[in-house]
Amino acid sequence: MSAVAVTSPRTRKPLKARLRRGLGWVGLSLVLLTVVYPMFWILMGSFKTQPEFLSEPFWALPQQWNLDNYISAFVDGGLGTYIKNSVIAVFPSLFLILLFGTAAAYALQILVWKGRGLVLVLFLAGIMIPTQMILLPLFTVYYKVGITSTIWPLIITYTAIGMPLTVFMIATFMRAIPAEVFEAATLDGASVYRIFWNITVPLVKNAVFTVALVQFFFLWNDLLIALTFVTKSDLRTIQVGLLNFTGEYGAVNYGPLFAGISVTVFGTLALYIFLNKKVMAGMTSGAVKG
Amino acid sequence: MDSVFRDRKATLLMLTPALLVYTIVMLIPIVWSVTYTFQSGNAITGFEFVGFDNWIKFFGDDTAIDALWFTLRYAVVMTFLQVATGYGLALLYIFFLRNKSSLVRAIIFFPVILPTVAVALMFSRIFEAAPTVGPVNAVITWLGGDLTDFFGDPGYSFWVVIIMDVWRSMGFYAVLLYAGLVEIPQEVMESARIDGASGWKLVQKIVFPLSLPILLSSLIFSINGTLKVFDSIVALTNGGPGSATTPLTLYMFRTSFAYGQYGYGSTVAFMLTLLCLLATIFVFRSMRKDVTK
Repeated sequence: MSAVAVTSPRTRKPLKARLRRGLGWVGLSLVLLTVVYPMFWILMGSFKTQPEFLSEPFWALPQQWNLDNYISAFVDGGLGTYIKNSVIAVFPSLFLILLFGTAAAYALQILVWKGRGLVLVLFLAGIMIPTQMILLPLFTVYYKVGITSTIWPLIITYTAIGMPLTVFMIATFMRAIPAEVFEAATLDGASVYRIFWNITVPLVKNAVFTVALVQFFFLWNDLLIALTFVTKSDLRTIQVGLLNFTGEYGAVNYGPLFAGISVTVFGTLALYIFLNKKVMAGMTSGAVKG
Repeated sequence: MDSVFRDRKATLLMLTPALLVYTIVMLIPIVWSVTYTFQSGNAITGFEFVGFDNWIKFFGDDTAIDALWFTLRYAVVMTFLQVATGYGLALLYIFFLRNKSSLVRAIIFFPVILPTVAVALMFSRIFEAAPTVGPVNAVITWLGGDLTDFFGDPGYSFWVVIIMDVWRSMGFYAVLLYAGLVEIPQEVMESARIDGASGWKLVQKIVFPLSLPILLSSLIFSINGTLKVFDSIVALTNGGPGSATTPLTLYMFRTSFAYGQYGYGSTVAFMLTLLCLLATIFVFRSMRKDVTK
């Protein structure tokens, strides 16, 4: 971060430089405003009543502060069911992705065997292929097996779709471990599994955590796969549910809709702020050095 | 030490679960999907071999060509704007905010992690014209303009989608490019400054050439993402008005699941895959020429 350090001494800056700094602040404030204001607007809207939406200007603050819209979103809108479905679909997949992905990365990056480069490339190809390419055969199989009205198609598809990036990213981090570490471990007589579990995994713990976050947001925010494989309305994930939210009421019922958006937006945001440091650290060191 | 790591049993044990899931759920379906392009029908009615009919149909299908054209237009505009705004912000972080940029970086990164559906619903309210007047129209009418139905006009819809997706993604590219810019060695910058380079000249002559590799990664990443745009369009315009904002991804989804034409849907999906491949190669080649020049 300190690669580009400040070196200018504290003297009176020329007018041009001060003007440029002023412009910089104006630009930056505008960017920050466009990022923050829409979210603030949604949050305020979640407390407004339908008449307020229709007759008050957009900048008006709500006239009351109660949770009616939130209660309506959960009770009439079924927001709770959607969140539950998302949790049931995402977390088992996430667990399997990390377990299988870390093991495979170890096999591909640390273990020595013929053809491992080729298999790594095979995994890489999966990052580029559009999901649309696998939906139809998968739907055919899920339909033939008779699991289309369960949550299983989501868990299975999510697990597979998260695999390529996970393997690739964790393998990249394993490549950065100095060879001496492994040499020392073998000299001490550690087995190949012990080196995996007691040495490699602790060393890439942060990377695994980062990958977990990236995959979590990716799966949690998925629409395409959920839209394809969810055929029953009580199995809708949060994204599919939100998409149909307006439809539930016929005419747009603004308050509960804004409350629904608020719950997803600020729920995700809270999680992100809580884990922010790790995401940023991972982003700046992991994604780039591929 | 090699003997410990040349362990066939361990390799099989650790690689098999991931490779098996990946092969069954992704690799086989990809090949299978290609065979669908020579068939018609769907999972419920069964399939029938039709040769190259789907392929011929694609090139004679105006809606498909429109979708292809929209996808290309969207991808080119979006990739340019994403990487450009990201680069601009990254420069701002480094040269303007310097060591105090972490909070700003985090705030501008917020939209990246938000669910697309929620963001799209938010933007459809922000650009709404009726029954409630959204913020954008409120400002337009306040400035003396006419109430604009952004989602009823193909041109406006396109730009609303673009604005939303720039809003969603600029923080990501800013952090990605920032990570690359931070690694430019301080000595290089210092000696350039001593040689009299400053401001725009420093960026143009030193920073830009040195950040070409990370720009290349960003461009490949961006073009691959934008060619696959789906969520934001489904949730914001649902392809409308008419089919004016329908990309290949959505057209594939419609033909497959609304009309039950798996064969034709697979053909559209295959075209999309081809497009991603060609775009990656194109960006890679043209940039590599630049780097070695």
